[in-house]
Amino acid sequence: MATRIQFENCCEVGVFSKLTNAYCLVAIGGSEHFYSAFEAELTDVIPVVKTSIAGTRIIGRLCAGNKKGLLLPHTTTDQELQHLRNSLPDHVVVQRIEERLSALGNCITCNDHVALAHPDLDKDTEEMIADVLGVEVFRQTIAGNILVGSFCAFSNRGGLVHPHTSIEDLDELSTLLQVPLVAGTVNRGSEVIAAGLTVNDWTAFCGSDTTATELSVIESVFKLREAQPNAIVDDMRKSLIDSYI
Amino acid sequence: MFWPQQTVGSVLCCMCGIPMEPNAANMCIKCLRSRVDITEGLQKHVTIIHCPECNSYLQPSKTWIKSELESNELLIFCINRLKNMNKVRLVHAQFIWTEPHSKRIKVKLRIRKEALNGAILEQPYIVEYTRHEHMCESCIRVQANPDQWVASVQVRQLVPHRRTFFFLEQLILKHGQAERAINIKQMDRGIDFFFGNDSHARQFVAFLRLVVPVDRPRNAEQLVSHDPKSNIDNHKHTYSVKICPICREDLICLPPKVSNKLGNLGPLVLCMKVSKDILLVDPFTLRSHSLGADEYWELGFKPLLTSRQLVEYLVFNVEVEGPKITIGKKDYCLASAEVARVSDVGKTFMVRTHLGHLLEPGHTALGYDLYGANINDPELERYKGLVLPDVVLIKRSYEEEHKKIHGKPRPWKLKNMKMEVDSSSKGKIDEEKKNTEYEEFLRDLEVDPELRFDISFYRNKERAPSEMASTEEDDDEAVELEDLLAELKLKDGEENDNSDMAE
Repeated sequence: MATRIQFENCCEVGVFSKLTNAYCLVAIGGSEHFYSAFEAELTDVIPVVKTSIAGTRIIGRLCAGNKKGLLLPHTTTDQELQHLRNSLPDHVVVQRIEERLSALGNCITCNDHVALAHPDLDKDTEEMIADVLGVEVFRQTIAGNILVGSFCAFSNRGGLVHPHTSIEDLDELSTLLQVPLVAGTVNRGSEVIAAGLTVNDWTAFCGSDTTATELSVIESVFKLREAQPNAIVDDMRKSLIDSYI
Repeated sequence: MFWPQQTVGSVLCCMCGIPMEPNAANMCIKCLRSRVDITEGLQKHVTIIHCPECNSYLQPSKTWIKSELESNELLIFCINRLKNMNKVRLVHAQFIWTEPHSKRIKVKLRIRKEALNGAILEQPYIVEYTRHEHMCESCIRVQANPDQWVASVQVRQLVPHRRTFFFLEQLILKHGQAERAINIKQMDRGIDFFFGNDSHARQFVAFLRLVVPVDRPRNAEQLVSHDPKSNIDNHKHTYSVKICPICREDLICLPPKVSNKLGNLGPLVLCMKVSKDILLVDPFTLRSHSLGADEYWELGFKPLLTSRQLVEYLVFNVEVEGPKITIGKKDYCLASAEVARVSDVGKTFMVRTHLGHLLEPGHTALGYDLYGANINDPELERYKGLVLPDVVLIKRSYEEEHKKIHGKPRPWKLKNMKMEVDSSSKGKIDEEKKNTEYEEFLRDLEVDPELRFDISFYRNKERAPSEMASTEEDDDEAVELEDLLAELKLKDGEENDNSDMAE
């Protein structure tokens, strides 16, 4: 299910949060409302961690990560790094990287298997992404935009990209990512997808401006309707049993 | 460089969910329209003030713009009256037809404006203008009392014909000088122009001084009202403008003094052209002198014979005696000719003439019959021993050619000033005489390209196009349609124009 939320009257929820299959980072806000929305949805499944990065709240745009790891920009303070290492599950590798382009969330987007990266990222960073996140890295643009992290959002099940992406680009990207992609918008026509939407394999949070049409697109492409954390396991079990019988 | 093919995909409209091409707002046009009204803040109803008398519209604060319904000027005026139009881009504007007496003007405008995140929306909308009838100041004055003029210009020429005034009328029309006249009255031997403002009258007089040789205008003032406390007086001004009585083609006997002053010119001279100056030519020696208006009024001589006394002659023989000489853009050539009056062919005269290049045996010519004329001119008597020639030829006559095309309307016409005819008994003008004079004036225009130079011609639509081809073939002097630049309507006469060019 996709949830519509707001961060202090701002609909760009992807800026203030980072959702993966193994953990969720949430910015420290004035009220607990934003945090509790995540907590209500994710409690008992994955840890929801309140944090800042480099002293700012725009954590979703500064870090990149999946269930295997988390990349932090060089501006992250030692305390924040330590706090995150303490809070996140042990199997998640937290790594601070020296990269000139410090808004990693805007430059990198990934699911648990592949990542798209900004064409101008360092060679070292690219290797680091592959190592820490355990993914295959492709340098790509989306509808002519080099900030791949801003204009698309994808999970292991599907992805939403910038509305101006041509059909050829969509084909190419979905071949690279091995997930179905669709061009769409969030927050009533906003094309900055990742800013308005944060998504993992079974849930999504989007800005409260998102219309019903957009929400239904999001739910269908990310296959959120049937998806529950245990539904995946059920699914797997069913197929296992199937194959046994 | 290789560019991969890009097919524009489709996204769902974020509001209604229909598939559409992505745009800047990512909303379909209908949803965008329903959310954003780009005509917001623009006027939909405007009141304009219209003068029913002169059909003009008030451009605040004081200008009145004359324009017809559905004209370009009115459209420009209507658009200019809208406020906040600088915030949008106007793409198109057109009138929607309304009943003329509904006092409503409807204009359909198409505007473009940025709606949402750089999405540019184009939208038509209709502005309704309500016409409030309100007379303009000048019309109010005219309506209150049509005779309420402040300045009048009385133009007079003391000659028995009105040829000068026909020409002057065309000049005034061409230069649009009488547009500000409240009233124009045709008087005996002249025209009166009435103006609502003294400065307009002065301007008009200045114009007259530029085109005809006039005496220094005399100016009279009449006190209408006087307010000694605030030191305001109202005057009526009258300007009397006298045009010199010498006309084109007049024969003049210069007084001895004048002749001496002009270097023993003449004493018999012809006036060849009258504009600001008077061009005098001695037909026997081809000496010429251009006399300024002031100079003329100082000397003040009168014509001996005028063009009404012209007699038709038959030309029997012409012997050219000298080379061609150009005086004032016209060619002359001295020659001796043997001529006889058409009315009395038995008696022939040997004359010297300045028309050697024009005349050929068999032609007819117009001239002054000094042999048969009974002249009582005091100036002539002062010359002792002056032998007058029997005939002075003036011009070639095109009478026969006119007879040939007689009855057929001309391909062109002239505009006329609206003139009130003076109804007093003295000033009664013989209508028939006036018509023949006007016809003569039109013929003069036909044969003299120099006269045509400053006149606007208009296509005569009543004339059938088939006749046009037949009459205009070998008449080099006749008015060519190329002269008819003003009011040349290409649309309805396109075929005619093509046929003309083919000739």
